[in-house]
Amino acid sequence: MENWRRAWKRALSRYDLYLMLLLPVAWYVVFQYGPMYGVQIAFRDYIPVKGITGSDWVGFDNFDRFFSSYYFGRLLWNTVSISLLSLLIAFPIPILLALLVTEIRSQRFKKLLQNITYMPHFISVVVIVGMLQLFLDPKSGFVNLILNAFGFESVPFMESEGWFKTILVGSNIWQNMGWASIIYIAALSGINPHLYEAAMVDGASRLRRLWHISLPGITPIMIIMLILDVGAFMNVGFEKILLMQNDLNRGASDVIQTFIYNNGILQGDFSYSAAVGLFNSAINFTLLVLINGYARRKAETSLW
Amino acid sequence: MVNQQTIVTRRRSASVAGERVFDFIVYAIAGLIMLIVLYPLLFVLSASFSDPVRVMNGDLWLLPVGFTLDAYKEIFRYDAVWTGYRNTLLYTGVGTIINVTMTTLAAYPLSRRDLPGRRILMFLITFTMFFNGGMIPTYLVVKNLHLVDTMWAMIVPTAIATYNLIVMRTYFQNSIPWELQEASMIDGCTNTRLLLHIILPLSKPIIAVMVLFYAVNQWNAFFNALIYLRDDALYPLQLVLREILIVSQSSYLDSSGSTFGMTEKLLLAESIKYGLIIIASIPVIMMYPFVQKHFVKGVMIGSIKE
Repeated sequence: MENWRRAWKRALSRYDLYLMLLLPVAWYVVFQYGPMYGVQIAFRDYIPVKGITGSDWVGFDNFDRFFSSYYFGRLLWNTVSISLLSLLIAFPIPILLALLVTEIRSQRFKKLLQNITYMPHFISVVVIVGMLQLFLDPKSGFVNLILNAFGFESVPFMESEGWFKTILVGSNIWQNMGWASIIYIAALSGINPHLYEAAMVDGASRLRRLWHISLPGITPIMIIMLILDVGAFMNVGFEKILLMQNDLNRGASDVIQTFIYNNGILQGDFSYSAAVGLFNSAINFTLLVLINGYARRKAETSLW
Repeated sequence: MVNQQTIVTRRRSASVAGERVFDFIVYAIAGLIMLIVLYPLLFVLSASFSDPVRVMNGDLWLLPVGFTLDAYKEIFRYDAVWTGYRNTLLYTGVGTIINVTMTTLAAYPLSRRDLPGRRILMFLITFTMFFNGGMIPTYLVVKNLHLVDTMWAMIVPTAIATYNLIVMRTYFQNSIPWELQEASMIDGCTNTRLLLHIILPLSKPIIAVMVLFYAVNQWNAFFNALIYLRDDALYPLQLVLREILIVSQSSYLDSSGSTFGMTEKLLLAESIKYGLIIIASIPVIMMYPFVQKHFVKGVMIGSIKE
């Protein structure tokens, strides 16, 4: 009782801090926890005029419909394969770039490389996809003009299923490798210089120092970044995919999130697409918890 | 690094050749990367000033061929582009002010270690980074609040980015001495005064980072516009760009009073796309050299783990 009263008094004496928190907390309640409450429409047959709780409860019907849908296999495969491709190729490149940057001895050259590689991060996705369309156009794009100059036929890159994932992941790397490398460059600059000196005395080459000192030095941050990426495994940067999508590449570009957009926002099938969305977030969250637990046990580095 | 390197070369002259080769490879790869990143950007810039016929023939390599300003002259006639530009400026301006205010109002109290309930609040806030209701339930919330088809749909649903909140809170905790806050409290300073007169003046670097992070996000935002805005008078620049660059809505390119004929216009359409990319990216690219160190600082603060 006494403890409670003391806690209450403590809280009361800082009432102005809570006053400041009022608006932000209200925002979180409405725009973050509101949708979490609303996600129950995934288990209902949501009809807007009846409201969320007024709509009929249908259990797992919407999920059954999705799992048995013609598109389910394709959506899951596209989502998973794009994500795996990103993790395998796009994830390591910023690490390699950071190692490269720290190996450059000329400070000016180093700054130049960093400034140039950071730049594309600030370009909007719309512009990036617009650039892809211009560059890869079968008639006038410079990539196809070069192919023609070497005697090859034009390739309709943007209208092809086979090229879709390569173009998506490739342009993501182009845009984000520099920006994503910042965090590793910061971690590398925090490694104790004595370690390098000791290795040099032992006669270790630069490559060996990279392997035995630099890489282990940034392993914790690598693990954190990996956990964060795995926690968004199913999201696959779908805003860009949506912009790149057309009828000819749909077989490779239809992912779960674009399916939600098409069915939910465009066609108004709210309950069904909310169920698909919940399936998506549930997988993300499960993967996050699993990999975080694994990293904590095996590498003693984790988000929580 | 540099003097470590000199120690090494003095000690082991035999490995000098190896070092040279290593350096050569490093610089070669770095040069190649810069080329790959820069070339597409320079190509767009040059193409926007070039004769479209020659660009389509593949004459353009790096510098403009058949220099012309036709594309830009034509873009200046498009009302949709300028409406979009004005909307984007408005959303970015108002949005950023609200973003930074809301983030500060949350970050400061949550940085105070004497705030009862801080841990649970932080947990509930961080949790939203990893789990949320998803696109449809969020859309329904915005719709039920009657924000759809108003400018507020571009601003209110994205009022706080949790990642930025955490970055700002980390800054308040680590860069502003707690003793300073305690001393002011003992002097009878209220929290509002403390925030306005002591904390914020000491936090200019982080405020700059926040303004930049949020402003760039607002400038480049297109998805919320796509789902929340129907009225094209409200379209931000990115949505207009999408229509012209990606959906290739030629109706947008139809402006009466154009000085160009039909075939010329079809050709010009390509140059116009290049020109639009430049016009849309100019504000961000122009401020980039001045602010990039702030951005980098933001990422660094974000990487500090408690």
